[in-house]
Amino acid sequence: MLDIKNLHVKLEEEDKAILKGLDLTVETGKVHAIMGPNGSGKSTLSYVLSGRDGYEVTDGSAQLEGEDILELEPEERAAAGLFLAFQYPVEIPGVGNMTFLRTAYNAQQKARGKPEISAAEFLKLIREKAAELQIDADMLKRPVNMGFSGGEKKRNEILQMAVLQPKMCILDETDSGLDVDAMRLVADGVNKLRDAGRSFLVITHYQRLLDHIVPDVVHIMSNGRIVKTGGPDLALEVEKNGYAEFLEDA
Amino acid sequence: MALPQAKQDATDARLAALTMPSGGAWITQTREAARARLADMGLPGRRDEYWRWTNPATLNAPEAGTAALHAGESEMLFGEHDRLTLVFTDGVLDTAKSDDLALEGVEIETLESAGAADIHWARDVYGQLEAVGQSPVARPFAVLNTAYATSGLVIRATGKAAKPIHIHHARSEAGADTMVRLAVRVESGAELTILEDGPAAARMNMVMEVDVASTGAFHHVRAQGRAPERRAITHVFARLGQESTFKSFTLTANGALTRNEAVIEFTGDDAAAHVAGACLGDGKDFHHDDTVFVTHGAERCESRQVFKKVLRNGATGIFQGKILVREGAQKTDGYQISQSLLLDEDSTFLAKPELEIYADDVVCSHGSTSGAIDEEGKFYLRSRGIPEDEATDLMTIAFIAEAIEEIEDSSLGEQMLARLEDWLARRRGD
Ligand SMILES: Nc1ncnc2c1ncn2[C@@H]1O[C@H](COP(=O)(O)OP(=O)(O)O)[C@@H](O)[C@H]1O
Ligand SMILES: [Mg+2]
Repeated sequence: MLDIKNLHVKLEEEDKAILKGLDLTVETGKVHAIMGPNGSGKSTLSYVLSGRDGYEVTDGSAQLEGEDILELEPEERAAAGLFLAFQYPVEIPGVGNMTFLRTAYNAQQKARGKPEISAAEFLKLIREKAAELQIDADMLKRPVNMGFSGGEKKRNEILQMAVLQPKMCILDETDSGLDVDAMRLVADGVNKLRDAGRSFLVITHYQRLLDHIVPDVVHIMSNGRIVKTGGPDLALEVEKNGYAEFLEDA
Repeated sequence: MALPQAKQDATDARLAALTMPSGGAWITQTREAARARLADMGLPGRRDEYWRWTNPATLNAPEAGTAALHAGESEMLFGEHDRLTLVFTDGVLDTAKSDDLALEGVEIETLESAGAADIHWARDVYGQLEAVGQSPVARPFAVLNTAYATSGLVIRATGKAAKPIHIHHARSEAGADTMVRLAVRVESGAELTILEDGPAAARMNMVMEVDVASTGAFHHVRAQGRAPERRAITHVFARLGQESTFKSFTLTANGALTRNEAVIEFTGDDAAAHVAGACLGDGKDFHHDDTVFVTHGAERCESRQVFKKVLRNGATGIFQGKILVREGAQKTDGYQISQSLLLDEDSTFLAKPELEIYADDVVCSHGSTSGAIDEEGKFYLRSRGIPEDEATDLMTIAFIAEAIEEIEDSSLGEQMLARLEDWLARRRGD
């Protein structure tokens, strides 16, 4: 599904390398987790994959189902099936959450040559998904992420994922700022989407999310690279002993 | 006091090209007095502080110039509303295309007919609110209109108007140069809504005076002409009695030059006045100026000014807004916000927000900002599959919606929004 080879990324504005030869392959239908200390480049990886400005790829490649995505516009990557649940979801004053989601849904349909959905049909779809995540009608009416609590923002990310049905889902610290109940809701939302045709890359600092979203593969990231790969046990090891033994010297 | 020579010449040249319409005693007196006032003040020039950012030359010129006619430009807004439609073609009431001047709760007369009488209620409104509004700042184009407006309506709401009056400004020729006048009196407890749209003219000078008696309510929603070369100078003068309401909203998309002045005065306590504007400008030939002056001369009145401008490709937007709180106008609540969204670095927004307060127990705030599209927000939208231009448009609509929300009737607001979306979609080319 996702093939990243020798990815080198620096900041556009300054001479600072952040990703330094990152290799990662996520197979179709699998859930991979990336763990790593703060500042190791996890969010940068997720932003570079989704096409945010401000980074320069100096070497390497990233392919989604065999297609190079690094040259695509962010919206083209989304249409190709990539989705990033942001570590810090953005507030957008004045743009209604519902309008936003329907516009996004229809834009993706259009990009794929499929018919747009009617307002009524969409309402039905979103109501069903929102109920599962305990997102009330009021949150749908409000401007995107405006006045949402930390937990509500994260649930809203998962709602978007559930509605847009991407193939490759990247979750960047979706667990941060969530209490246990909210984490369970989010994890249930993700688990419901797990299927043979969909892959996940779950970025987290802590092991606890992985109790709920059990990964197939766990990677440790440090200083811009994957430094160790293993099974779910690797996460438990990190939980017990910390990152120290895996870290590279910067 | 003698005028500077250039001003004198410009004023003489303009007046020489105009003929004062004939009428009965009251209107002739009013017109002649206006002409004398104009001779004293002269037409505006670039040196006038109030015209520092907007060049009045093309509004002063004896010749109006032209604005090409466009297919479909006369398509009416407000089609879904039950309304009384009155069409002005090239600035003159077009009776063949208009409904009868009959509306329950309202008396409507042409300016020509009201002016023919020797005495008429309109003499207390026509030219009177305008004259009061000349101080402390002169508004010569409104005086010009008082003296020379050839056509218009005098409207008196005596009860709750059965439906809105829709004034459609049509035109038949590219060189139309019009001066239209509305004198409106909303009697105590009465309610009236006036809607305006249409291409109007190559050059339009429009003045509306609205005298709202105690507990009366007046609403105004206007969409200005979309011909790129057209020019317009408009004035709204409102006088508010006790517990009365006045709300005016204007949407401007296109036009080479627009200056909309609103001059509001509270004379009775506990009244509310809201003036709002949304403007969309594309290209260096677009210049839009909102100039507002609110005078609080009574207690516990609320005024709101909400102006939003979206400017791109070198367009220019101006806002001059003032709240004057007179001595004794305690518990005044004055609010003013003017914001622009600059979609590129070539566009310009200039703002002069002013407060002048002579009462000690008031709440007044003003703010003016100018900014670009939030790139973080735009990336978020794009990351969900929304193409860049559509993402920009969504955020643009969100920006301007705050001004549109000032319209009390939400179905009218939706029509303004639809026109805005249409303007954006056309520029996206879909
Ligand atoms: N736009 C930026 N400007 C400056 N430094 C940045 C920027 N983006 C990332 N960094 C730096 O890059 C490193 C990796 O950051 P990040 O990808 O957020 O790590 P993580 O998500 O693993 O905590 C950090 O040292 C961070 O300070
Ligand atoms: Mg991070």
